[in-house]
Amino acid sequence: MADHDEGGLGKKASINRRGLLKCMAWAGTGVLWSVSGGVPRSLGLLGEAAAAEQKSGGFTFLQISDSHVGFDKPANPNALGTFQEAIAKINAMPTPPAFIIHTGDITHLSKDKEFDDADQAMKALKQKVYVIPGEHDVADADNGKAYLDRYGKGTKGKGWYSFDYGGAHFIALINVFNFEPGFKSAGLAKLGDEQLEWMEKDVKGLSASAPIVVLAHLPLWTVYQEWGWGTEDAPRALGYLKRFGSVTVLNGHIHQIQQKVEGNLSFHTARSTAFPQPAPGSAPAPGPMKVPAEELHSVLGVRTVNYVPGKSPLALVETPLGA
Amino acid sequence: MMPKTALLLGALGATAALVAIVPQAPSAGAVNPAAIQIDNFHYSPAMLVVAPGTTVTWTNDDDSPHSVREKDGKFKSAALDTDDKFSQTFTAPGEYEYFCSIHPYMTGKIVVKPAGS
Repeated sequence: MADHDEGGLGKKASINRRGLLKCMAWAGTGVLWSVSGGVPRSLGLLGEAAAAEQKSGGFTFLQISDSHVGFDKPANPNALGTFQEAIAKINAMPTPPAFIIHTGDITHLSKDKEFDDADQAMKALKQKVYVIPGEHDVADADNGKAYLDRYGKGTKGKGWYSFDYGGAHFIALINVFNFEPGFKSAGLAKLGDEQLEWMEKDVKGLSASAPIVVLAHLPLWTVYQEWGWGTEDAPRALGYLKRFGSVTVLNGHIHQIQQKVEGNLSFHTARSTAFPQPAPGSAPAPGPMKVPAEELHSVLGVRTVNYVPGKSPLALVETPLGA
Repeated sequence: MMPKTALLLGALGATAALVAIVPQAPSAGAVNPAAIQIDNFHYSPAMLVVAPGTTVTWTNDDDSPHSVREKDGKFKSAALDTDDKFSQTFTAPGEYEYFCSIHPYMTGKIVVKPAGS
């Protein structure tokens, strides 16, 4: 897999501590995306993304992920606080993004209070927020009722949906139900037949030149099977998107930036606004990774995406909370 | 002085041994508790054999939340935060495979069979 290397960060898993912490700089705020000429790509800096967008008449949107509201362990004793900081940073952007996407794990334990706190924090955002659940949002004993009661209105099946903005088609997929338990398999996520059938129909009438942006919580490519960081039936979903000129897949879940490009498909995982996780295989198990308190903000972040009609791809800007 | 201390330690040792033995004491009709720790993304022990009527309690020792869900939904917990517990009493003999709905590659098994069978 190709590692994210903008700003000199994220050299592929050379696992000395310094290297790991550098990697972890990608674990956290949000990501600015630019959609230009149908291909999303990340930009180097927030300011550059905004400038590119203004010149072109395109738009930017912003990705936040893995806020884990309710988490209060040593890796970040105040996950709600860092989420609010990320939101304040977004609100301070000179050119506000057109909308926000939250790629799941809004809460830590699917508790009503956590959802209430997260909603209250997101109310400070001026833009519409599109959300999908992470497995932490559907961990109630009622298999996701708490999430679906709150965010399921107007969606299909167990919360999936699509929408169009500025000529791009966005597909919000849910891969946190229907897990394949790891008795005989790798224990990867699944999209499930019902959702895949819906998706096939959803993209059928679209022009192949329409830029496609897919949102899903767990990566739609297998980042690390041993930790369940992948989606078993993702190849079928991606098969429906082969004919499109530009497909950008935005994921969360792993609390660090990983990227991969396969022809017209590009895959990107985002940082968390709450806490970093170890690089694949660099620790006995995944889970919250404790860094020195003064370094936490450098490993949390947001991502902005810039869409510029024309020839260049979607641009992504990663911004650590500490920047 | 010395003999007294030795006597005291001896008494404590006897008490501790008694306490340790009680949960395993096979007495007809008693509810036998059994414990599974969730540590470093593993159920420990991953397989546990118990007699019918045993109440098994899972305790999450991780900083990450975990859950306990039988593969066909026969029992399931909500998300267990650090130090949270979940208990399930097993009456019917059989094999119960379970996994963590948050990290589904984590699996475990409870085998319920009468003692001596």
